[in-house]
Amino acid sequence: MSDITKLTVCETLKALQNKEISSVELTKAYIENMEKGRHYNAYITECADKALKQAEIADKNYQSGNNRLLEGIPLGIKDLFCTKDIRTTAASHILDNFIPPYESTVTQNLLNDGAVFLGKLNLDEFAMGGSNETSYFGPVVNPWSKDTDLVPGGSSGGSAAAVAANMCAAATGTDTGGSIREPAAFCGCTGIKPTYGRCSRYGIIAFASSLDQAGPIAKDVKDCALLLQSMAGFDEKDSTSCDIAVPDFPNLLNGDVKGLVVGVPKEYRPQGLNDEVASYWDKAAEYLKARGAIIKEISLPHTKYALATYYVLAPAEASSNLARYDGIRYGFRAEGKNLDDLYINTRTSGFGKEVQRRIMIGTYVLSAGYYDAYYLKAQKMRRLIHNDFMEAFKQCDIILTPTSPITAFPIGDESMLENPINMYLNDVFTVSVNLAGLPALSLPIGLSENGLPLGMQLIGKPFDEVTVFNVAAKIEEDAKFERK
Amino acid sequence: MAIDNETVKRVAFLSRLKVDDDKIESTKEEFNKILQWIEELNEIDTDEVEPLISVNNVNLRVRNDEITAGNCRDDILKNAPSAEYDYFAVPKVVE
Repeated sequence: MSDITKLTVCETLKALQNKEISSVELTKAYIENMEKGRHYNAYITECADKALKQAEIADKNYQSGNNRLLEGIPLGIKDLFCTKDIRTTAASHILDNFIPPYESTVTQNLLNDGAVFLGKLNLDEFAMGGSNETSYFGPVVNPWSKDTDLVPGGSSGGSAAAVAANMCAAATGTDTGGSIREPAAFCGCTGIKPTYGRCSRYGIIAFASSLDQAGPIAKDVKDCALLLQSMAGFDEKDSTSCDIAVPDFPNLLNGDVKGLVVGVPKEYRPQGLNDEVASYWDKAAEYLKARGAIIKEISLPHTKYALATYYVLAPAEASSNLARYDGIRYGFRAEGKNLDDLYINTRTSGFGKEVQRRIMIGTYVLSAGYYDAYYLKAQKMRRLIHNDFMEAFKQCDIILTPTSPITAFPIGDESMLENPINMYLNDVFTVSVNLAGLPALSLPIGLSENGLPLGMQLIGKPFDEVTVFNVAAKIEEDAKFERK
Repeated sequence: MAIDNETVKRVAFLSRLKVDDDKIESTKEEFNKILQWIEELNEIDTDEVEPLISVNNVNLRVRNDEITAGNCRDDILKNAPSAEYDYFAVPKVVE
């Protein structure tokens, strides 16, 4: 077989089942790619030895016919998922020596299905960022870069870069405001943030708990469907996890889009929207129309306010969640002459600039006298944004939008760095979905004029990932995007 | 609602973070830019709107108050920056 690391997870499973390749052979091929691709800085921690041991077990299971759903598939894990006995850093100095004594539910589910873990993938510090530049371990390089090093998007930048460069068969990500979908779009991968409550948050280092969701980043739609099937499910260790059966996603992909009403929100086409983005958006709608879907303009009137709402709520929740990093029970400690000093010194040296900025903004909007004006106001806006979607779904079955208004930009881009709001604006098409708790997938639709991937986003009704996968599979068939 | 230097210092302390004296002015300006941007939310009248706290409106489940994971003291203390006599160690807090 030529390059086995270029196969999708579904193709790889077939090759393993037919004994054309072994999991050890496969894992070695990925480890080789990881070594060759170290300049991408996608992995924070590599676990080659552990992975090979897991692969040996997988091969035995194939021999004895006891192979499970993902037996022997080498995955990369975003370094925000706690993995037992494997260092888990959240890409932060404050956790750079943390070795969890327990496993997150999502990664445990993958292990139970026979997956092999190659290592822990780079991200923005505590998943706060849209370019992977806030990582304590340095930025990740987008494998699509040509002359200049480009960002992979964020926060799951390591995950998307590793999938694009065939340094893992697929990866886990998390998405609080677009952190799976934006990097998937920038790196030409497919990624889905499922409905809030679909995947357990237990053991995922918390950023903004009412918005955080885990999901896969993979080479294509079917792989995402398969991975999500393994990752998802009710978990009593997460009080927001929903006790709803997980459909057999990969086997429900043969649906028809005929008669399906696809909503296209007019507010997502602001004046000055990039021409290429707009024309690919029209093209995606055309593909579906040609297959018998009905394209319908819809309105999500409060879209304009989603970003500001998000940038109140997410920092507020983060400031509360990150209060636990005090230098006492785990992680980095800087000494101080009294307890407050110890806290302050630990947190000031342990957290990076963007994390400190968000903690302070969050603390401010929650502080006495400002709570109603900012935090409560934002929660009310969240209701309106949520209601917009519920109204829209009375007229359509699924919503089609671009994933990002731009393609990958250079690492260290001046305009992004001079004003944090410029960076925040990249999330304009993705944050509403988190506020409303909906499932949304990004898939590559084509290349821009400068040869960089562009993503399309499909937003579904709550717990209707099946329709999202189905429609995505049709666009994928027509777009014929060529992976690296 | 623009904030002043004193507020920056107060919020920094509430956050248990230190902003160096020569960074207070620039931090204030950055904050004010972000807060000014957030103020666009006031264009919408939300007096009659219920706040949305969580999207899944299920009641929290209850369970018996029993230990489900225990006997892992040593595992937990392994990550402590400083531990003594099977406890987390901190600087003296009571004079």
